[in-house]
Amino acid sequence: MSHHIVEVRNLRHVYPDGTVALRDVSFRITHGESVAIIGANGAGKSTLLLHLNGFLTPTAGEIRIGDYPLTKATLPEIRRTVGMVFQDPDDQLFMPTVYDDVAFGPLNLGLSGTDVEQRVKDALEKVGAGHLQEKPPYNLSGGEKKRVAIATVLSMSPDILVMDEPTDGLDPHARRQLMALLREFSHTRIFTSHDLDMVLELCSRVIILHEGEVRGDGPPLEIFRNDELLARCRLEKPLSMQGCPVCGGKVS
Amino acid sequence: MHMADALLSPAVGGAMWAASAGTIAYCARKVRTDLADSRVPLMGVLGAFIFAAQMINFSIPATGSSGHLGGGLLLSVLLGPYAAFLTIASVLVIQALFFADGGLLALGCNIFNLGFFPAFIAYPFVYRQLVGAHQTRARMTMAAIAAAVTGLQLGAFGVVLETVASGQSSLPFSTFVVMMQPIHLAIGVVEGFVTAAVVSFVYRARPELVPSSPGACSAGSRPVRGVLLAFLAMAVLTGGMVSWFASKDPDGLEWAIGKVTGKGELPGPTQGIHGTLAEVQRKTSFLPDYSFRKSGETGKEGAQPAGQGKDKGESRVGTSVSGVLGACITLAVALLVGFLLKKRHQSA
Amino acid sequence: MASIDGALLDFKRLDRLATGDTAIHRLDPRAKVLATLVFVVTVVSFGKYEVTPLVPFLIFPVAMVALGNLPVAYVIKKIALLCPFALVVGIFNPIFDREVLVQIGSLGITGGWLSFASIVMRSILTVGAAIVLVGVTGFPGVCLALERIGMPRVFAVQLLFLYRYIFVLTDEGSRMERARKLRSLGKKMEPGIFGSLVGHLLLRTWQRAERIHMAMLARGFTGEFHTRRDTRFGGRELLFLLGWSTLFIILRFLNLSQLVGSLVTGISP
Ligand SMILES: Nc1ncnc2c1ncn2[C@@H]1O[C@H](COP(=O)(O)OP(=O)(O)OP(=O)(O)O)[C@@H](O)[C@H]1O
Ligand SMILES: [Mg+2]
Repeated sequence: MSHHIVEVRNLRHVYPDGTVALRDVSFRITHGESVAIIGANGAGKSTLLLHLNGFLTPTAGEIRIGDYPLTKATLPEIRRTVGMVFQDPDDQLFMPTVYDDVAFGPLNLGLSGTDVEQRVKDALEKVGAGHLQEKPPYNLSGGEKKRVAIATVLSMSPDILVMDEPTDGLDPHARRQLMALLREFSHTRIFTSHDLDMVLELCSRVIILHEGEVRGDGPPLEIFRNDELLARCRLEKPLSMQGCPVCGGKVS
Repeated sequence: MHMADALLSPAVGGAMWAASAGTIAYCARKVRTDLADSRVPLMGVLGAFIFAAQMINFSIPATGSSGHLGGGLLLSVLLGPYAAFLTIASVLVIQALFFADGGLLALGCNIFNLGFFPAFIAYPFVYRQLVGAHQTRARMTMAAIAAAVTGLQLGAFGVVLETVASGQSSLPFSTFVVMMQPIHLAIGVVEGFVTAAVVSFVYRARPELVPSSPGACSAGSRPVRGVLLAFLAMAVLTGGMVSWFASKDPDGLEWAIGKVTGKGELPGPTQGIHGTLAEVQRKTSFLPDYSFRKSGETGKEGAQPAGQGKDKGESRVGTSVSGVLGACITLAVALLVGFLLKKRHQSA
Repeated sequence: MASIDGALLDFKRLDRLATGDTAIHRLDPRAKVLATLVFVVTVVSFGKYEVTPLVPFLIFPVAMVALGNLPVAYVIKKIALLCPFALVVGIFNPIFDREVLVQIGSLGITGGWLSFASIVMRSILTVGAAIVLVGVTGFPGVCLALERIGMPRVFAVQLLFLYRYIFVLTDEGSRMERARKLRSLGKKMEPGIFGSLVGHLLLRTWQRAERIHMAMLARGFTGEFHTRRDTRFGGRELLFLLGWSTLFIILRFLNLSQLVGSLVTGISP
């Protein structure tokens, strides 16, 4: 299943106004991995994710998804492979009803009526939003919007799921639901987050980005135990790894 | 100023619908073939932006009153005439359906008055020409004010013409012009000033969003001094001169229009098109409203013997009373039907 | 447009009405849009001084409100806000048109007042019809209908996008305005400040449009819009459209008010 591989080599990105958002980023993510990209505000996480789907073009460096380099010619195929969930679900839900929104992708793939219907039903079922089907997106709560936004991507059956801050703005219950959902997804997952406890629970690997460079890359426990690295990158330990302020106990 | 269904005749409303629908179709084709896909969400979101911007009021210096952005010219500057026209039209559709601004038939007039004039006249022939190749703040402000004034003067004049041509209002043409044009002169100056403020803010932050080369706008790519001057003259004429002239010497104005239309005098509501239409209407309706005294009869009647006049008058009183009474009854029946339908609906 | 804030709340409410599930709601939107157009054109085709023949036309909005189970008080309130322009212009009629056209006893009614009353009546009917149409069809439904009648696709998509983002952007706008108010200590907004505030909102809007475009591309957008079109113009729709249109045309040529009135009073016209 080599087409689930994501490889970034010496990626550099300079915005038109001269901001160097990514200096030199390299990593390779293989099939089925669940990877968190963490870093302080402005570290370049969103900029990095936007490259994985070809929305931003590298100033220098290369991106390979599966066996293909990301070029204009491979772009449509790659966009089908990589499902991207944006930070603000309002940017992602633009159709009159939830149903239309989830059906937007499958219809663009040229699927027929019953196939589309099946996909929409499945995707909404997966995120527990089947009952929202006929609602207009602006009447949904923040958590509902997020779930539907994920459904719009799931309906495309992507091989790689990329999410920018998936738990941003969710209440504890919705956050739990979302984590269960992510755990179920068996393909490659890449997401950015400031929710380090979720990272600890869900990920097999953490990449630390700081000032446009990779500063750490490894299993979460290993990364989060490195106090000096975290401090240098303006990060903190997940709460569950800090001493419990109430009982004084420590998690090993 | 939004035109309203209630002031329109079907002929005027239908003609303006056709004009606006045709322009929409043309612009849709242009936008499809000429513009990038990324303009699809942009136009839509900018339409919503116009609503948001209209919510925010500002105070007009030295007057104590407040105003808000109209947006037609701003959209033209940002999107070019075709996409701007579609965007303005879409805003007006929402206003007609949700805010009862105007109505469905008046939509054609409103799209034309508030969309066509700013996007296809004021922007290419005034704004683009005055801004020129080197966009400076002062030039831009001046161009925006001139263009906004032109657009609004033409739009207001459109409202006047449509209203007068429809014949529902009894406002004489000259009075109406005097009412509308000067107000819109002021509104236009404010609109231009505010448009310039927004455009120059955007220009400083992201210059690439404000197309500055005249080539960006195909409608204005042939700078014709003469056409520009003609339109400027027209704006000034409608804005200042006409109203002054009309208030001072209404007969002069009517004479001028009579010259233009080739008729000795302006057709009044009982003559000309409306007279003809009324005549057709009288003939087609098989229960004509006898209770309405036709003008012209009045004079004759006074001279008639009292008895005869009284007789006629009485029956007229009778029919109009019965008309009013009948209206009340049908109203009651209509409401009752509604009530019953609702009742049945709720029990079902 | 003075209190657009309140208007937007209203807007949300009106929009929610369309989620109702009555037989009227379920009709193909085209039938409702066309019937409403026939209605509006018939209503405005009456002569300047005609008031009473317009009254029976109320049956259409009233029946739609009842069948569509719309809240009566709300619809009446919306109609009461009538387009002010029509009334402002209409109120000049009594001033310029003083010829007495109708005598009721000693009371003489001038043409101006008659035509003004006619304008008010037209406003009620046309505005009512538009509001009721949205209430029983919903904006996306109206768009779909117009598109299938011949409105260009580009414009239909434009309308849907605009509609989708109205709330998002007006929320953003009012948050910015609130933030400014809190810091400006009661000072009024000058046009220059307005320029940068609204300019800022515009830039954010533009960025949002770019992100939406990305989200569209991510889901295979190639410039073609595919939407569901599962409605059908069947027998019920035909019956609805023809039934109402026939009634409107009959009411157009038959002064029902007059007829009923003369039946009751025994005075023949
Ligand atoms: N469109 C843009 N133009 C210019 N600079 C930009 C643009 N977008 C982002 N930047 C800059 O690039 C850098 C990286 O931004 P990015 O959005 O990738 O950060 P991030 O890691 O996602 O931060 P956050 O955690 O706050 O989401 C920042 O310094 C930002 O100011
Ligand atoms: Mg980010």
